[in-house]
Amino acid sequence: MKPLLYILLSLMLIVLPSCREEDVIFIPEEVEITTPQFTSVQGFYLLNEGNMGSNKASLDYYNFRTGRYTRNIFGFANPNVPKEMGDVGNDMGIYGSKLYAVINCSNKIDVLDKMTVKKIGQINIPNCRFIKFYGGYAYVTSYAGPVVITPDYKQRGYVAKIDTATLQVVDTCLVGFQPDELDIVNGKIYVANSGGYMVPNYENTISVIDIDTFTEESRIEIAINLQCCKADQHGNLWISSRGDYYENQSRLYVYDTRHQRLLKTFDNNVSSMWLDGDSLYVIGVQFSYVTMNNQVSYALINTATLEQVSDCFITDGTEKDISMPYSVAVNPITKEIYLCDAKDYVSPGRLFCYSPQGVKQWEVRTGDIPAHFAFLGDNINEK
Amino acid sequence: MRLLLVYIVSFLSVLGVCAQDTTDVYHSRLDSMQYLSNVTIFAKKLYREVIPAQTLNGRQLERLNSHSVADAIRYFAGVQIKDYGGVGGIKTIDIRSMGTNHLGVYYDGIQLGNPQNGQIDLGRFSLDNIDEISIYNGQKSEIFQPARDFGSAGSVYLRTRRPKFEGDKCDNLNVTMRMGSFGLANPSLRWEHRFTQNVSMLINTEYTYATGQYHFRYRKRFSDGTPAWDTTAVRKNGDLNAWRIEGALFGYLPEGKWNAKFYYYDSERGIPGAIVNNVWFNAQRQWDRNFFLQGSYQNQFTKRYELMVNAKYAHDYLRYLNPDTTLMYIDNTFRQDELYISTANKYTILRNWDVNLSVDYKWNYLNANLTNFSYPTRHTLLTALATAYTLGGFKAQASLLYSMVNDRYSARNAGEVIAKFSKYLNKVTPAVFLSYKPIARYDFNLRAFYKRIFRMPTFNDLYYTDIGNSNLRPEYATQYNVGFHYQLYRERGFWRGFRITADAYYNHVDDKIIAVPRGRGVYRWMMMNIGKVKIRGIDLTARTRMAFPADVNVDVNLSYTYQKAQDYSDPTNNGDGGTYKGQIAYIPWHSGSVVVHGSWRAFDLNYSFIYVGERYHVSANIPANHEQPWYTHDLSASYKWQMGAVNMKVTAEVNNLLNQYYDVINNYPMPGRNYRLTLKFDI
Repeated sequence: MKPLLYILLSLMLIVLPSCREEDVIFIPEEVEITTPQFTSVQGFYLLNEGNMGSNKASLDYYNFRTGRYTRNIFGFANPNVPKEMGDVGNDMGIYGSKLYAVINCSNKIDVLDKMTVKKIGQINIPNCRFIKFYGGYAYVTSYAGPVVITPDYKQRGYVAKIDTATLQVVDTCLVGFQPDELDIVNGKIYVANSGGYMVPNYENTISVIDIDTFTEESRIEIAINLQCCKADQHGNLWISSRGDYYENQSRLYVYDTRHQRLLKTFDNNVSSMWLDGDSLYVIGVQFSYVTMNNQVSYALINTATLEQVSDCFITDGTEKDISMPYSVAVNPITKEIYLCDAKDYVSPGRLFCYSPQGVKQWEVRTGDIPAHFAFLGDNINEK
Repeated sequence: MRLLLVYIVSFLSVLGVCAQDTTDVYHSRLDSMQYLSNVTIFAKKLYREVIPAQTLNGRQLERLNSHSVADAIRYFAGVQIKDYGGVGGIKTIDIRSMGTNHLGVYYDGIQLGNPQNGQIDLGRFSLDNIDEISIYNGQKSEIFQPARDFGSAGSVYLRTRRPKFEGDKCDNLNVTMRMGSFGLANPSLRWEHRFTQNVSMLINTEYTYATGQYHFRYRKRFSDGTPAWDTTAVRKNGDLNAWRIEGALFGYLPEGKWNAKFYYYDSERGIPGAIVNNVWFNAQRQWDRNFFLQGSYQNQFTKRYELMVNAKYAHDYLRYLNPDTTLMYIDNTFRQDELYISTANKYTILRNWDVNLSVDYKWNYLNANLTNFSYPTRHTLLTALATAYTLGGFKAQASLLYSMVNDRYSARNAGEVIAKFSKYLNKVTPAVFLSYKPIARYDFNLRAFYKRIFRMPTFNDLYYTDIGNSNLRPEYATQYNVGFHYQLYRERGFWRGFRITADAYYNHVDDKIIAVPRGRGVYRWMMMNIGKVKIRGIDLTARTRMAFPADVNVDVNLSYTYQKAQDYSDPTNNGDGGTYKGQIAYIPWHSGSVVVHGSWRAFDLNYSFIYVGERYHVSANIPANHEQPWYTHDLSASYKWQMGAVNMKVTAEVNNLLNQYYDVINNYPMPGRNYRLTLKFDI
């Protein structure tokens, strides 16, 4: 009997020394991807959202001049920040010398040096969503406005105006319920209101804010549950509706801000889009109850002619390798296309690069839910 | 001596069996050895499970520094716990990595149901009224049981205390007061009364209050060891206010027994939530009210025929509130009803050959205040045919379970019913259990089992507004197990006996129901049958007892588990950072526990150690998803004495002695060192 016991005891002794170690600051993982490229675009940052509650928002960087991709750079650059970047990175932008990362469930915007990604400051805005810049100010949408309790519990959203020199919120302007993306055209801020917390009573308007008085001037009815709102160079707004996931499907609307009229409606399903010059890249993912899987589309629209140029901007058939396209971006100089695959939302995603002709160039592992791009270079962020 | 006899008799009656000879009783539990050594028991028939359970009984539980059933279950081999921390935090368990939904939890012989999400929060069951916890892989390998007991891949049996009376005593009163860290105040009262020799009752009530506040610490260092950041904060919104009352009537018949009981639990708790950057407080709250009424009747009508009838009605209320004005306001209420009736009929064909036929019917209904909710009703008819055969040292059991499930639900739009659905499912699933004792003289048993079973998709999986998928199929778990147990009892000497068990197993879970992204955005998920997991594991347990001079006795219990639980869901997600063949979330390769208990006269000292090795929080096993091992050392000391007619006992505990700050679930910090003091009065 004793030998057996000793075997068991010694087995436990083998196992038990595998002790807990101190958690160490994450050393960024650098991978060589492709040959260096020298244009005025030095690189891009990619903000990975991380699933809700996981605190896994992370920042990756691709350096065109070395052809190297570096994962998870925030912790190493900011080793004194507790719990790193935070929970659910929702938007990102570069303005001046700073990189602004909107971290939705951490209720804050991290302000980083755009070259070193060292943290310069933090702006606390509860349930912050999207960011845009204009005239020395950053404008951020937030779901967390004042609560209206009669007769149902409702909460207005707002846009915060942030002085980019002092990093202080200097003013707020109430808009609709659960405002998402915003853009600025001709002295006005247009905000896509979603009403996403009020199912099935979604919002169906965009709010128009006069940038000088910073007050909501009017509402424009578009469609229910609005999400994306991007202004092209012709003064048109490209606005997407998520639909209600039942009868009303996701659609894309073009609104002419000069003549204040709806120009056209596209039946495209929109989950993410990127505007580059007159090219609007639209990826759509729609769940089909017939086939019980996600139907994916990669459309290219000419914003000058308002015509769809292509219904699949990937031309070599490699779109089959992407299981959950989540976001798209285009290099402003080379016009290379970057596509993010969020996979199952909880494991690492992948970034795919395509030539302007839609032929796959390379792919690389990212953080969880890769989503938001900011290109680094001269004269590419300032409008 | 008399007390010992009472103990033994009640112990045996609880097993529902009597022993043929003393040896088998000795071996049924090491713990009872010291009592049984001088007693001879005469009885009719031996009846034992083919593969015995891992068991913790009342006295062991008292020593284990455990507050809840979940805390105690951590000491078993093959079990992993998901613990969100604190007194009120959810604690669910997972046997052999098959998933919480495959686990059946039985309270006094009748399963606790939760068709809404299929999970039983074992952190909610205090040990105050629990006399024994047993855990079975596959199923309890006894044929005389309700059909529902054949229907889980793993089972936990919680047996509440039965009244025990010394001599002519007709009343027992027990008052217990526990207090300690987290602002815990936990008084309880138990009253046992004997009406006649054969009928007794018990009422037990307990109140638990805790602020749930504790310090936690997160920190990181540079690779050279210097601190990078180090932050300590207080866990908030983990308060708990819970009241439980249960009562039972027990009766013995000449050839049988019966019982009837009620249970009511009413609680309000904070949900402390995940700690993420810039968020150190969450405001969500939850209210639960659980009520059930159950009865059991068992009688041996003839030498060959024995009947057992069980019945239950349960009502569960759950309200979840998110009052945080920066987030989506949620105030959801769920109400569940369950009706259950079961009969088990055992017929003895030959002295060594029994057959059993069990038929169960169960009705479940879920009501929720969700938009366009489908108000599902589920009718379940279970029929189990089982047989047990013994020949010499060879024992075999085989069972077939036929399940018929009918779900009825409606589709609604703007509150109006637009369609009604009724879906049927018919499945037959088998199980085989074998054991062989090669040498009669030695209690060395080889054992093996095979079982295939499924779990139904839960109401949430199927019908939760927006996320549910009514086309889900059941999720299958298939288990193969081989092992042995060997035990030896000695009356004299330093070594007083030991028991060793070892099992190796291979399980696979197919059509695993997992949430899959659908379109973009965090709220857009869909439940799908696309998961596949293969689990290879080894469970080892050992216990021994040593008698030192001067009345010092020492027991040692060890358990060790090795598990390789691989995610085979998506072969295309292979290679760099892929999930394919990765170890599944939160399952460590190595885990184990050590419990050392020493006693000297009225003093008891208990040391327990739990180890959970490194894990990953996603099946993509990359450094960013790595979770450190954690281990806790707990100590407890108790002293009992008598003051007149009152037996008193005081217990002091220190848990997490080395003050390790750890997470079981990523971003849910666990408490550091904490204390508890228990005073018990028995009249």
